[in-house]
Amino acid sequence: MHELSIAMSIIDVVAEEAARQQARVDAVHLKVGVLSGVVADALQFSYEMACRDTPLQGSRLVIEEIPIVVFCSRCQVERTLESMQLFCCPECGTPSGDLRHGKELEVVALEIQ
Amino acid sequence: MTSPEPRLVEVRKNILKQNDLTARALRARFRGAGVFVVSLVSSPGSGKTTFLEKTLTLLRPRYRVAALVGDLATENDATRLARSRAPVKQIITGTLCHLEAAMVEKAVAEAAWNLSDLDFLFIENVGNLVCPSSYDLGEDLRIVLLSVTEGEDKPLKYPTIFNSADVAIVTKNDLAGAVEFDSQAALRNIQAVRPGMKVFQLSAKSGAGLNEYLQFLAQRLAESRATVNENAARV
Repeated sequence: MHELSIAMSIIDVVAEEAARQQARVDAVHLKVGVLSGVVADALQFSYEMACRDTPLQGSRLVIEEIPIVVFCSRCQVERTLESMQLFCCPECGTPSGDLRHGKELEVVALEIQ
Repeated sequence: MTSPEPRLVEVRKNILKQNDLTARALRARFRGAGVFVVSLVSSPGSGKTTFLEKTLTLLRPRYRVAALVGDLATENDATRLARSRAPVKQIITGTLCHLEAAMVEKAVAEAAWNLSDLDFLFIENVGNLVCPSSYDLGEDLRIVLLSVTEGEDKPLKYPTIFNSADVAIVTKNDLAGAVEFDSQAALRNIQAVRPGMKVFQLSAKSGAGLNEYLQFLAQRLAESRATVNENAARV
């Protein structure tokens, strides 16, 4: 359960940006890859707690989950994986560890007033 | 007066920016000093400390080695590792379930080792197969340990940590027969979550399989130094 540490890092990043924009933040939009090691539900819960008594109190977290995408060397295209237990091209079955997406852990946008 | 409309502002910021920056700075410092840094992750009780004690003991006659060891509350691991007679520094994390780059940076400063006097620096993470996967520590190589007593399906249960590691080590192999460990299934599962992953099967207790792994470390150290020298020559 390291989501509280992650939530505090989000607050640091966002507070800095909000101060720069001199704005109040209503919502924080995130991209969270399924291989980032972060659980969305636990992050929502931790974020609410971590926001207390900060300028971000009352703001929402909008999480977009990013699936795993690998490059298939045989098909020569990027493929989205259904499962993180099987790193194989879903079309031709070739194993691939050439990860293109799925480890994202980033703030992408802020809803501000 | 009407309140202003909310608007959406695009910001692309890595949440772990601070950790990643610290890790990058550490990595550059380690490279510059010529020390090869290896971190170990595993679940609690998989034998990280025994494995590391053995590694330090066997490397010490030929290489200059040191270790940082993360633990929630005790200094027991550091005491055990000190038996190898290598310099060891404990990082007590309190309630934190993982190491972060800043903790490594602080421990390195406190230990006051001259990094350029070292060949290998080992970092033993807190026993946890979930949280350490998100944090870059500035290491050159991350090893994930899987002991035969944990079962061969561990990689399928914790694909994220296996995906964040470079090498997998199947440990306590001396017990494989007793616990009916299906080694082929374990290797298949590791390859399913991390195709092409380098795997060593060994027993820190009996010593079986350790040589191949130690040779691999020596080779990686030599390669890393050759790359650094090549880059220096190019500048």
